[in-house]
Amino acid sequence: MKVYLDHAATTYTDERVFEKMKPYYTELFGNANSQHFYGRQTEQAVSEARAQVAQAINAKPNEIYFTSGGSEADNWALKGILSAYKSKGNHIITTKIEHAAIMSCCKQLEREGAEITYLDVDENGIVDLKQLENSIRDTTVLVSVMTANNEIGTIEPIEEVVKIAHAKGVLVHTDAVQAAGTLDIDVKAWGVDLLSLSAHKFYGPKGIGALYVRNGVKIARLINGGEQERGLRGGTTNTPCVVGMGEALSIAVAEREANNKKICELRDRFVSMVESEIPFVKYNGDRKRRLPGNANFSFRYIEGESILFSLDMKGIAASSGSACSSGSLEASHTLLAIGVEEGLAHGSIRFSFGKDNTAEQVDYTVSVLKEVVERLRKMSPLFKVQEEYANV
Amino acid sequence: MYSEKVMETFKNPKNVGEVENYNAIGTVGNASCGDIMQITLRIEDDVIKDAKFKTFGCAAAIASSSVATDMIIGKTVEEALNIKNKDVVQTLEGLPPQKIHCSVLAEEAIKEAIENYRKNNGGK
Repeated sequence: MKVYLDHAATTYTDERVFEKMKPYYTELFGNANSQHFYGRQTEQAVSEARAQVAQAINAKPNEIYFTSGGSEADNWALKGILSAYKSKGNHIITTKIEHAAIMSCCKQLEREGAEITYLDVDENGIVDLKQLENSIRDTTVLVSVMTANNEIGTIEPIEEVVKIAHAKGVLVHTDAVQAAGTLDIDVKAWGVDLLSLSAHKFYGPKGIGALYVRNGVKIARLINGGEQERGLRGGTTNTPCVVGMGEALSIAVAEREANNKKICELRDRFVSMVESEIPFVKYNGDRKRRLPGNANFSFRYIEGESILFSLDMKGIAASSGSACSSGSLEASHTLLAIGVEEGLAHGSIRFSFGKDNTAEQVDYTVSVLKEVVERLRKMSPLFKVQEEYANV
Repeated sequence: MYSEKVMETFKNPKNVGEVENYNAIGTVGNASCGDIMQITLRIEDDVIKDAKFKTFGCAAAIASSSVATDMIIGKTVEEALNIKNKDVVQTLEGLPPQKIHCSVLAEEAIKEAIENYRKNNGGK
């Protein structure tokens, strides 16, 4: 049996989306900026896709800027705002559990002289709002808090973040890459000023994303070139992928409720089976404020990559933020930020469910996982409580 | 990313556990780095009669432990001390660059066990 439980890493492109994209690789190949018939055809398709994306998040089409993906959108939001508002200051507030696209960008901006505050989160990964309020200065130009965390699925109180920041006249960006297609994103109701999206997380193509920038917010140009994306991001429009992103997000929104219900049930089945059948595990993240497809477990006494690798040999694909799999020796910054001890953080696995998973796959995964964990624990010098194991 | 040999060894590692009546033990690494290797030995008349391991770590760490313990069984203490991490890597038909430290850990665990044994046996 093959089981894909890494939907937070990427999803396949939905067949309906792919079909809609295809002609834009072949007969409808015109440059969307060309004045002739070929160009007008594709320009029309790009406009429609932009409207689809805008509608899905309750924005206006001219507030949507297509990018090469979520990382580009995140980088642009931080660097573009910092540059556009440099007369105000050079201070950015973010959290300790952001995706690498924000984290690594902040580290670089810090080296270049910007001041960054990394907010703490509680043991479930929820950002410290009191600390946010106290961290805002006259020089703060942006608060960037993710909508939902990529490793532990925790959903952040974005509306609260916006209230606090806006009360002090500070703009808010949110990285909604993991949330899009699953949560009901409403930029107007939330009040966010910038928001990042990536298509391949919601059954769209890779290499395409978008940054929502509220009308009235200034942002520095990302790429000098042609007049694409209102002159802020030059480069010939990636028409097939733009079309694919619009279609994928429309479908995701239309089918969200049914998919969420199904995915949530599978995830809950998995979580309760793991917790009842495998001893010495820690479920990471918030049980309620959580993305439907996310489950993250730390397995005490063993290391994550050897778990992943063992699952892989049985046809199960999951992921770990642990040292060995990423090639660095550091444990996941998110797990450390929620207070998971370093040794335990190394033994953590993220299982992320999608719309095509089945109950049989869940049951199979738990049975394999149980075997794998037992086998690795027998090999572990840290596991000296076999007698306890027999008693649970 | 791993060689066939690493995968095969990880799937079916040899010498897992602790040697009964071991008279040498070496433990290296720490949980915060994601690797701990423990090697136990039974040394008689300067010859390693048996060796077993317990490892907390990745597939490469477990494969390195298996191969390293296999290499020293039947060897004299002096011969075992001459085993280098390169030998472990070679036996595993290569390791990815970021996993070389796993083979180093295996070499260190053997040395640590033998040092401990010598300390407990009058510095021999």
